[in-house]
Amino acid sequence: MLAFLLRRLAVALSVVLTVSVIAFLLLHLSGDLATDLAGPEASPEQVAQVRAEYGLDQPLAVQYGHWLAGAVRFDFGQSFYFRESVASLVGDRIPITLKLGAIALGLALLFAIPLGALAAVKRGSWFDRATLAFCALGQAVPTFWLGLTLIIIFSVNLRWLPVSGNATWSHYVLPSVALGWYAIPAVMRLTRNGMLDVMASDYIRTARAKGLRPKTVIFKHALRNAVVPVVALAAVQFGFMLGGSIVVEAVFSMQGLGQLAWEAIGRKDFPVVQAIVMLLATIYILLTFLADILNAWLDPRIRVA
Amino acid sequence: MPLLDVDNLTIQIPTEAGLLNAVNGVSFTLERGETLAIVGESGSGKSLTSLALMDLLPSRAVRKARSMRFDGIDLMAVGQRKMEDLRGDRMAMIFQEPMTSLNPAYTVGDQLIEALRRHRPVSRAVARERAVHLLERVGITAAASRLGQYPHQLSGGLRQRVMIAMGLMCEPDLIIADEPTTALDVTIQAQILMLLRDIQREFGMGLILVTHDLGVVARVATKVAVMYAGRLVETGPVEAVFGAPSHPYTQGLLRAIPVPGRTRPGEPLGTIPGQVPNLIGPLAGCAFRNRCEHATDACAAAIPERDLGPGHRMACVLDPVATAA
Repeated sequence: MLAFLLRRLAVALSVVLTVSVIAFLLLHLSGDLATDLAGPEASPEQVAQVRAEYGLDQPLAVQYGHWLAGAVRFDFGQSFYFRESVASLVGDRIPITLKLGAIALGLALLFAIPLGALAAVKRGSWFDRATLAFCALGQAVPTFWLGLTLIIIFSVNLRWLPVSGNATWSHYVLPSVALGWYAIPAVMRLTRNGMLDVMASDYIRTARAKGLRPKTVIFKHALRNAVVPVVALAAVQFGFMLGGSIVVEAVFSMQGLGQLAWEAIGRKDFPVVQAIVMLLATIYILLTFLADILNAWLDPRIRVA
Repeated sequence: MPLLDVDNLTIQIPTEAGLLNAVNGVSFTLERGETLAIVGESGSGKSLTSLALMDLLPSRAVRKARSMRFDGIDLMAVGQRKMEDLRGDRMAMIFQEPMTSLNPAYTVGDQLIEALRRHRPVSRAVARERAVHLLERVGITAAASRLGQYPHQLSGGLRQRVMIAMGLMCEPDLIIADEPTTALDVTIQAQILMLLRDIQREFGMGLILVTHDLGVVARVATKVAVMYAGRLVETGPVEAVFGAPSHPYTQGLLRAIPVPGRTRPGEPLGTIPGQVPNLIGPLAGCAFRNRCEHATDACAAAIPERDLGPGHRMACVLDPVATAA
């Protein structure tokens, strides 16, 4: 088990490093940063001064080395625009987006796994068909439209929940539903198909031959095997949600990472963009890593692989 | 009162092509301490018959019977919950595929302990002790340490031994083994069979052994039921059926296996020409008549069951003496 963990950890680290190189190169290839930063009316001398000030005159490899040396100490430099340390700028926004993503994923899983399992157990029933129809509908609805519709119904008409912002927990309800919605069909379908496979397997027949009650057969013997692929999917979906939070944060005016990324890209605030890309990549890889561990716990056969 | 009394069991499976008459009017009885071998080729309905006893048929299959009594309990009339109480407690089943019949996510110990604790109010420690005892009984070494292992860490033979131990956890009155050795190496097959036979004698249980291997039958069974195309064609004590096989299908089956001392080297083994009939739709008369060398017009009518001796019956219009040659 320890060897398994170490191997996965080594892979994860190398992926993070690769992402940092790619992000760094892409940002530097997107144009001359010094010209943009100095502004359209700057003289060549002023541009040269900006270039020297931000170290943009040095070779790319040296610049990357500087950045990496800082990054390992959690020093991601100064924001070009906010004139503030990137670490504290990003650090202030992380909790909002992570909270949003976690609630959204939690809601989606809480909703999709039991319903998917139930649809499989009641295969062919009206409930199963209704679930499949809901999946098709769910995936066709765009996030921004759903967000605005939720605001109109629950905030404007019913006045149950706040329209925008991120001050209290109640502010997270509608954005989480809007963000989690997208993950539900995929998780539900995968759970349903997994359950169908597992319910037809020989060991489920064995469990029934022991006289176990249907709920023990379904929840102890079947669901545990059926959710193995769902765990990996959930990690991937969480990555999508962090990306999707740009839209949701904009609709609900939440001051999260998504908003910050949006602003930073518009203002060519390169250190901020680089830090956010790195952060999201790291979270994503961390989640995949956690999913691997969770799966190894769920299915002992994976531990040897 | 017999331990098991099956009267006119019928299993039908709706398919796109029509109604499949998988099992057609099968009747037999089993006493405590007896081993009944249900013999037949693939598709003869022998596995479905055994699953029907446990109420484990695929959900599409429709089970009917005049009556099906287990120790006086009418299995056709008991509700689902009562059936769950019987399964694993008083009747246990061992399956054909030991590789896939254990849950990969739980340890051997967990799955054994669960089988006892479902039916008996005992502590985990007591259940664990019984699991170790039974693993030792079925010939597994270092039994206590096996409890922590997962199925994928065991060989097929070991897994089938675990399945047998699991079936014995509640000391059932009846064990149904559905081709328990088919998936195993030949050397392991004999060991598992002898184990089943010894355990059946030791615990005084009724044992139903579903198999297509007549060699197996001769070694462990006391009674044989020969199935063909969903019907019981001949049934009786092993000595009677093997000594004086009367149904042409039984005779054909026995000619098809080599017998040490009787089959000469180089001599071709018997075969049964033709194919099993399509079981979709109604099938009148003898199902074997299109492959039978003795077939006459009478075979197309309803076939009466005839007594040939104590407990020895067959479903054929022919005079048993005439077919014996």
